[in-house]
Order: sequence, then structure tokens, then C-alpha cells
Amino acid sequence: MTGPGAELLQQVINGLAVGAVYALIALGYTMVYGIIELINFAHGEIYMMGAYAGIIILSALLALGAPLGLALAMALAATLLLTGLYGVATERLAYRPLRGASRLAPLISALGMSIFFQQYVLLSQGARDKIFPVELSSGGFSAAGVKVSYIQSAILLVATLLMAGLTLFVNKTRMGRAMRATAQDPVMASLSGVPVNGVIAVTFFIGSALAAVAGFMIAMYYGKVNYLVGYIAGLKAFVAAVLGGIGNIPGAMVGGLVLGVVESLAAGYIGGEYKDVVAFGILIVVLIARPAGILGARLPEKV
Amino acid sequence: MRIVARIAALLKNRRFAAPASALFFGLLALPFMGLARASILALAVLLFRFAALFGRVPSGLRIPRGFKRTRALFANLPAPAKRSAPLLLAALLAVAAFMLDPYTLDVATTAGIYALLALGLNVVVGMAGLLVLGFAAFYGVGAYAYAILNTHYGLGFWTCLPIGGGLAALFGLLLGLPTLRLRGDYLAIVTLGFGEITRITLNNWDSLTNGPNGILGVAPPSLFGFSFDHPRHYFLLALALVSLSVFFLKRLDKSRIGRAWVAMREDETAAEAMGIPTLRLKLLAFSLAAFWGGVAGVFFAGKQLFVSPESFNFLESVMVLCMIVLGGMGSVPGAVLGAVLLSFLPEVLRGVEEYRLLAFGLAMVLMMRYRPAGIWPEAHRVLETREASRG
Repeated sequence: MTGPGAELLQQVINGLAVGAVYALIALGYTMVYGIIELINFAHGEIYMMGAYAGIIILSALLALGAPLGLALAMALAATLLLTGLYGVATERLAYRPLRGASRLAPLISALGMSIFFQQYVLLSQGARDKIFPVELSSGGFSAAGVKVSYIQSAILLVATLLMAGLTLFVNKTRMGRAMRATAQDPVMASLSGVPVNGVIAVTFFIGSALAAVAGFMIAMYYGKVNYLVGYIAGLKAFVAAVLGGIGNIPGAMVGGLVLGVVESLAAGYIGGEYKDVVAFGILIVVLIARPAGILGARLPEKV
Repeated sequence: MRIVARIAALLKNRRFAAPASALFFGLLALPFMGLARASILALAVLLFRFAALFGRVPSGLRIPRGFKRTRALFANLPAPAKRSAPLLLAALLAVAAFMLDPYTLDVATTAGIYALLALGLNVVVGMAGLLVLGFAAFYGVGAYAYAILNTHYGLGFWTCLPIGGGLAALFGLLLGLPTLRLRGDYLAIVTLGFGEITRITLNNWDSLTNGPNGILGVAPPSLFGFSFDHPRHYFLLALALVSLSVFFLKRLDKSRIGRAWVAMREDETAAEAMGIPTLRLKLLAFSLAAFWGGVAGVFFAGKQLFVSPESFNFLESVMVLCMIVLGGMGSVPGAVLGAVLLSFLPEVLRGVEEYRLLAFGLAMVLMMRYRPAGIWPEAHRVLETREASRG
């Protein structure tokens, strides 16, 4: 079967793969927003740094002569840890001192961090694209004229596993309970013995680590990254988080997938240059029509 | 979890804090900066932490004493002198225009354009407390309004100045109407998205904007048959526009509307309870800010004689935001000061220019942490602090 049906399905699958990456980044936004009500503008940059760190570490491991499979696994683990710590450091240096300041202060600080990270990578790594060190198989499964590459299926698989893991973590563990308590009411949580600062640090770590996985997989998917990718990907992921209902973890997953598919369809049927306009259009429409997002509950504003 | 807690406790121990943080930052930087530079960074962190253990830690960014004194001197002037001081400054600058070289005048004119932008953004971000991140969109609307009206319909600069401003204000109103009910941080993102949409549209609407190539051949302004062709003319025009704006905005700031904005910024719920029509005031702030952005855009197009979408990107919005953060959010003289400082900074920093944006980012973080009120804090804030310290 070929023709319009297969083409549509192909666009949907491509969209799902990109959407899974948006979803992973969106989780970081939504978790941080859920806990300290801050839009972490630097999150897109954290994702970009994850991609860079992954490529750098993987290249180093391969240069040391590690076999490919082992090198990939080790590089992913090291990238996770490193990028997670970048997130923790950002929180500690740029956001924690501003807790209790006016609303604008942390937003501007976050914007400053984002510019700082972008320039930090530009100055230390140069403006040229960073190339993924290994050429991964471009093969894949194909049926009925629709093709799913191995990398696409790996992205979907890893993203699904991570999201399931995160859901379990938040709902079933002690730390997850502490996170939910802090999100509900930080003062009450700290009165009940929850180490709020620690919980916030862990939240930043997990969010940044998920963004790092997203960055690593995107580097694998496209074969290269650039120091500018964080800005637009961060915005898209934010749109995904808002679309699903910010502060809501399953919402971020749904929002990411929906955004990926819509964007892919828009690129396929309207034209690639207006792809970003579609994403921002969605954002504006959602914020006006249903600010709580697809899965978000309508909450009265905290006074 | 227990291991994590152990490590955290270890790091909190004062004896280990300095080497631990040095190691931490060194490791973070290692993959990006390489071994040599990461070690230097770690060493620097170590030295800084040890210095902090033994010496006094700077708890805030100090403003140079000379500047502080000048400001105090200014604040203590008798009222008539104070009122005429800006006028005197403007007159001095106008005289200086005939002594400075064309290059300096050109940079100063750019500073003037940024001052107009900063003054506009200051209305909405500083006075009304609404974070707008897509301000360059209004700037672009103004610039393109003049470029298109001039090249297609032959309209002159002076006709386009209010049209460009008005059109931008209309855009501001259109954007504001549906979005101003949103909370602050959502608004920031929506305006950012709006800025991107505007830039992408300018880039792709070939029949109207000539796409990425931009519009060439915009006519320079002329006044009673006298055509602007020297940097000095542009500088004087910029000076006039900025002076007029400062005059107007200073009064606006002290008016009923200005005070209502401050009340809204400090506590929206309380302001509403006091009977302040917050939605209308937000729209007013939005469209006024957009108006200034549009006027700055028309002036920019009249000076460059060429417009292209790249002049109105996100970085431009951030630059202007940076200026008012540095100068002091909500402060009219602060906005001008910030614009002048950041416009002349690249000239001072020749040779280390590529570090400029890095320093900008860092400065935004540090300013928020150590001097959130900026170099020239707004009058309301100064009064509040004085009252608070009196108890």
C-alpha cells in the first residue's frame, strides 16, 4: 500500500519520534514548574549541553578503544550524570538565592543562565556543527510502504521506558512522595520534615537528566548538533508542557507527542518554513482557550 | 538515598566545602573546556572559596563611589535645579554633537535607538511588571511600516513616525487583548512566541517584505527640504526623540496611571481590590510600550535605509531587557543609562568582543542576585527602602 494513507502514517510516525524527544524535555519544565512555579528558561540549553556532552564523551570513549555498545551505554550514563549536575548547579547558583524575590527576578535570572550556557558552549566548542562520532545503521522495519528506522524505534522505546520509570518513581517511592508534597505546599512539606531544598535539587537533577537523554538521542537521530538547538527545542518543549497542562507529568508526555505529530503534519502538508509558527500558534490558542492544558485541572490561582 | 544524604552532609562540612566545590565545577567543565582550562577553573574556584573563608565576602555588587556621590548630589539638588538638569544635559549633548567625530556620533545614535526601545520596554516590564520577551517584534513592525510605506507609497519619515508607532501600538493591543489575562510567566512565553512569529512572517512573506533579503532604498528623513545625511543630524534627532520621551515618561511615571501600575506590579489582587482597573492599565502599558518600540523602529529604518528580518530577532529583545535590568527596572533615567552603557560597551571591549554575550548572561544572573534594583533604582523603590529602614 502506498499513496496518501501511507504518507500520512509515515508523517505521524516521524512526528511521534520527534514528539517523544519533546516530551522528555517537557518533563523537565513541567516538574520544575510543578515544584517551584518557575519557567526554567535554561532548560533548552541543558538539553543542548546534554547532546554535546554525549558526543564528546562518546568520542573520547571510542578513542580509548571501547567497543561500540559499551561506549554508547557508558557515554549515556556519564552524560546523564553530568547534565543532571549542571541542572543542580543552575538551581543552586541562579534560582535558590532568588526564592522569595519578586516574580520577575528568577525569570530574568533564568534567561541570563540560558544565554550564558549558549555562549559557554559556543566559546568552548566553536560554532560549527558537532558531529556524532559513529554512523549508526540507517536501516529499519518497513511494512506497507511505511518505514520505521532503528533509531526512531530506539527513541520511542527509551522514551516510553523513561516515562514509565518516572511515573513509578513519582507515585511509588518516598522521594516521589516528597516531591508531590513539595509541589502541593512547600512550607507545609518542610514542616512535616521533607527536606525541601534537597527535593528541589533532585527534581532539577531528574529533569536535566531526562533532557540529556533527549539530547543524546537527537544527536544520534540527526547525526549532529549545534549550539543553537537548545533555544528552539526548549521553546517547543515548553509549548508541549503547556499543551498537556503545565505541572502535570502525564500531560507533558501527551503534549510532546501531540505537538510532534501536529508539527510533522504541518511540515508535510503546509510547508516546512511555517512549522515553528504552527507550534507557537498552538501555544497561543491553548493559553487563551484552555490555559490548564489537555490534562491539567483548572486550579484557582494561588494568592 | 542514604548515600546521597551522606555525600551532601560531607559537602556541607566546612573543611571540605572549598575543595569539593572546586572539584565539582572542574568536573562539570571538563568535557566542554578540556583538562587544562577546567583545571584553571577549578583552581580559581578553590582560591575564591578560600578567600571567602578567610576574608570578607563581597555581599553585594558595589556601585563605584563616584557615581553614587554624583547621584546623591543630584538627588539633593533644589527642585528647580533638579527639573532643569536633564534639559541642561540634553543641551550639553547637543553642543557636543558639533565636536564629536562621526564614528562616535554614529554609536551614540545607536545608543539613542536603544534608549527609545529601553524606555518603551521599561513601561511594560519595569513600571507595570509584565515581562515581555518579544519586544523586537514591535521594533520590527515600526521599521517595516516605514520601509514599506516609503518605498511603495512614497510616504515621508515624519508621517511614518506616528503611523509606525501607532501600528505597533495596535499590534500590542491585538496581542494584549487575549493574553493579558495570563499570569506573568505565561505572558513572557506568549510574547516570545509572538516575537518569533513576527520574525518568521517577515522572513517568509516575500511579496510584502521581500523575505530574508530585506528592503533596500528607504529614504532618509528630511526636514523643510533639508535632508539628513550626516551622523550629526541623526544624533540630534535621536537626542530630541529621547529627550521628549524622557520628559513624557517621567511625568507618566508620577501620574495617577504610573502609581496605579506600581500598585498592580507589587500586588495585583490588592490593586484590583482598591478599584484599579488592572486589565485596562495592562493594555495601556502594552500599547504604550509597543508605540515606543514602533517609533524606534521607524527611526532605525530611517537611519539604516535598509531593513531585514535579522535585525529583529530574539537576541535584540534580550539586549533591550538587559539594558533596563542593568539600569534599574522601572526607572526612566535607568533605562537611558542602561542603553547608553550597553551600546558603548562593545566599543570599549574591542578584542574581547566574543565574550560580550557571555558576560551579558552572567550579568543578568548576578544583577538579579546582588542588585535587583539596578544602577539607578527607581524613585518608588528608593522611597520604600528609606521608609523600611526608618522602621
